[in-house]
Amino acid sequence: MMNSNTLLRLEDLKLHFRTTSGIVQAVDGVNFSLGYNEAVVVLGESGCGKSSLAKAILRLLPRNTAEYSGKVFLNGSDVMTLDDEEFRRNVRWIMMSLVPQAAMNSLNPVLKVGDQIAEPLMVHHGVKKDEALKTALAMFQHVGVPGAFLDRYAFELSGGMRQRVAIAMALVTSPALVVLDEPTSALDVLTQANIFNVLKRLKGELETSFILITHDIATSSELADRVAVMYAGQIVEVSDAKNFFTAPLHPYSQKLMASVPRLRGDEEPEFITGRPPSLLNLPSGCRFRDRCPAAFGKCSEDPPVIVKDQRLVKCWLYN
Amino acid sequence: MVMIAKSAEEKITGVSEANVKGDVLLSVRDLRVWFELRRFGFGHAGYVRAVDNVSFDLHYGEAVAVVGESGCGKSSLMKSILGLNKPTKGNILFEGKDINTFDTQNWHWYRRKVGYVQQDPYGALAPFMTVQRILEEPLIVHGVKNADEREQRVRKVMDEVKLSPADDFLSKYPHMLSGGQQQRVVIARAMVMEPKLIVADEPVSMLDASVRVEILKLLRGLQESHNLAMIYITHDLSTVRYFSERIFVMYAGNIVEKSPVKELLNNPSHPYTAALLTATSDPDSRNAETFKEIPPGEPPSLVSPPTGCRFHPRCSRKIDNLCDVEEPPEFEISAGHHAACWLYK
Repeated sequence: MMNSNTLLRLEDLKLHFRTTSGIVQAVDGVNFSLGYNEAVVVLGESGCGKSSLAKAILRLLPRNTAEYSGKVFLNGSDVMTLDDEEFRRNVRWIMMSLVPQAAMNSLNPVLKVGDQIAEPLMVHHGVKKDEALKTALAMFQHVGVPGAFLDRYAFELSGGMRQRVAIAMALVTSPALVVLDEPTSALDVLTQANIFNVLKRLKGELETSFILITHDIATSSELADRVAVMYAGQIVEVSDAKNFFTAPLHPYSQKLMASVPRLRGDEEPEFITGRPPSLLNLPSGCRFRDRCPAAFGKCSEDPPVIVKDQRLVKCWLYN
Repeated sequence: MVMIAKSAEEKITGVSEANVKGDVLLSVRDLRVWFELRRFGFGHAGYVRAVDNVSFDLHYGEAVAVVGESGCGKSSLMKSILGLNKPTKGNILFEGKDINTFDTQNWHWYRRKVGYVQQDPYGALAPFMTVQRILEEPLIVHGVKNADEREQRVRKVMDEVKLSPADDFLSKYPHMLSGGQQQRVVIARAMVMEPKLIVADEPVSMLDASVRVEILKLLRGLQESHNLAMIYITHDLSTVRYFSERIFVMYAGNIVEKSPVKELLNNPSHPYTAALLTATSDPDSRNAETFKEIPPGEPPSLVSPPTGCRFHPRCSRKIDNLCDVEEPPEFEISAGHHAACWLYK
């Protein structure tokens, strides 16, 4: 899968946490790649490890990390070999940045938003403050925030505006990759549609790549070039958006798609019976086996990743 | 006390036992819920006009959805119906009785007739109570003294919300349940007094996509089998279709459009409704190639809403010297379909 167009490639990425009740295998052997100026959506239910995947990619590890291993190739070089300080200096916010979950509430209440946007530039690129503020102003125009808002504080902005500010902060150092963790889940429908308009425009104007982590399948189609479906710490399907939204391969993806209520069209949504397995105590074999309508004898063994029409699916059905 | 409450119930239900669909259960007339703003604790600084001139009728066994963005007043409307907010002006009639005139005994009766399904199930359940205790509580409050009868009713309602086998759940605490199961407990609690009306405030917005549909189907099933009236408050238009007969669209404290569901989805009349429909996506890879037309700006402050139609500053079809001056009345577009918009005068 490696070619010159690959911006990011993950190989067997693992992130496990230590808790009082045992080891949580939040990200458990993720393989995945992303091209330049491409948007990949990571879909999954809550607790499937998608936010941990974002943390693992950016190496934002909590203190109770039990295992962090695998390879992260960025522009062809393995950034996992860098030590923390090198990673902070040369990778995070230079090559890739993050819009965290509930980003609109993560702004510093006692700093003007303009100063907050300018800060990454000053820290990472050593730019003078007035220069940095100029870039921040340009970024505000990109995301559709009036320039006068540079002098405002976070509480003076609406939720949608704060979300845009958080996106501007992730973009100000012009990273090649921005990871968005549930960027619109707390926002209203109209604001949400507006933010996706902004992201689509940015993708065209700045040629940024995006990883969009979400559980909202319907809105994720607003940005997706490709879709990766995550289940119980693993990626079970990677498809191009066109084929995924019409005919998902993995039984879990199919169930997930069937559960989406639709505004247009007459299909009745279905629900998925059962619950995802606990990440503390994962079953052997296919992790979706117990909820899968198509499960058969082979499913007790761990399924391989099968390539089918340039799509990847981790399921015995396609063997 | 208990006896009095019981006789009051018999008196009133005796009249309405027919339960004919088409009879009005709840009638809201010119409801206004304003909250006073104080300066330094005592100076008057204006009002937050959360709900302004809202009127509608809800029939027995009918489900309506109230759709709107956060801050449009839908929760204030719901709280007034539940009797948690006092209306500033206007009346709420339940089975013909005005809740403004209720005394303690009437409230006791009313609270048995109206169930409430909260948005966040975990926050709505007392963490130190077992499921059994949570579901028994309303029965105890409403004077069911016999422990066996209580248990029987709890088991029955658990069966209805598909928390079965009941023995597996009775002794569990809320944190031991999944989100979907917690929401079932909340629904069971709302159902245990066998109400006539359920008010559900975003009952699925905190749940996972796969569980969401399950809970909505459960609610719909209960609504149909018990001939319940239901007010379903949501911001998600895509779930409404599976759930309710009618939709009310709220914007900045007003109901701007009332319509049967199909009619509204096919023929949205108010420009705000049309914008909401445009903004709601269906999973489709073609979405990524197009931009959506979204009205500029944000909902107005409810302290000093715009004059005339409250949507006019964002509306692309506004009529000068009309929309910005005079508040639009409701116009009938087709049978049962009303829009408060000057385009239809």
